[in-house]
Amino acid sequence: MPLASINGNQVHVDEEGFLTEYGEWTEPLAQVLAAQIGVELTEAHWKAIRFLRSDYREHGETATIRRVSTVGGIATKELFELFPKKPGKKMAYIAGLPKPRGCV
Amino acid sequence: MTTQIAPAPIPKFDEADSGRKLAIICSKGNLDMAYPGLVLANAALGEGLEVHLFFTFWGFDMISKKHMAHLKFTPLGNTATHMPQGLGGVPGMTSMATSMMRRQIASIGVPGVPEFLEQITDAGGHLWACQMSADMMHLHKEDLYDRVEGIINASDFIEMTAGAQLLFI
Repeated sequence: MPLASINGNQVHVDEEGFLTEYGEWTEPLAQVLAAQIGVELTEAHWKAIRFLRSDYREHGETATIRRVSTVGGIATKELFELFPKKPGKKMAYIAGLPKPRGCV
Repeated sequence: MTTQIAPAPIPKFDEADSGRKLAIICSKGNLDMAYPGLVLANAALGEGLEVHLFFTFWGFDMISKKHMAHLKFTPLGNTATHMPQGLGGVPGMTSMATSMMRRQIASIGVPGVPEFLEQITDAGGHLWACQMSADMMHLHKEDLYDRVEGIINASDFIEMTAGAQLLFI
């Protein structure tokens, strides 16, 4: 995966710009990633992002919208408000994780 | 010599699908045939599409309060189960095959039909019931899942889904 720079940080990303190294993500970097896709992070956003990070660490897969809702306890409606249109991919991008693989 | 490191690409989340619509006609009431429409509707909503589901004929079972939580699966006439066809007609086979399929679906974290419809509508999906089917089966709005927005005729549906991509299941 190519090395690229995001706001002065050198990180590995895939061809779409998703981070590929779990350990290269930091919270300040997430602020930059979010701003790049027009999301301003509030505490509600952070709750979802932190769930994605810890769930990935434990299970090795990016949580789907359904999993963030049923396991992470954030309602589907709220996720669509926090990360409009494409919550699954937007959350994964900001959390520095691959796109969710699961269909549901 | 230093190498210039390129800035990372930024995914174009909001460009590609703006204005894209998907309409899915659900015409089957078997458990296994309920899922393709639900899975695709859910996926399309997660991609930011406007999604309309139209339930007609046997698909009415997916939104009828009486049947939606009890759809069944039969191996009869389905060679892809790789069982001798005669077995499908054995008494009790439908309920056995149904509970096996329900377990398999639940084991991969996929919800049952009512919960799936709840998730789809929470994500902004629209549910519509077919007027002709309602008339034929003598069903009214109160017999249907609460989140069905209305009983509409085929012309209404066609009009509402102008420009949409359409799937018939």
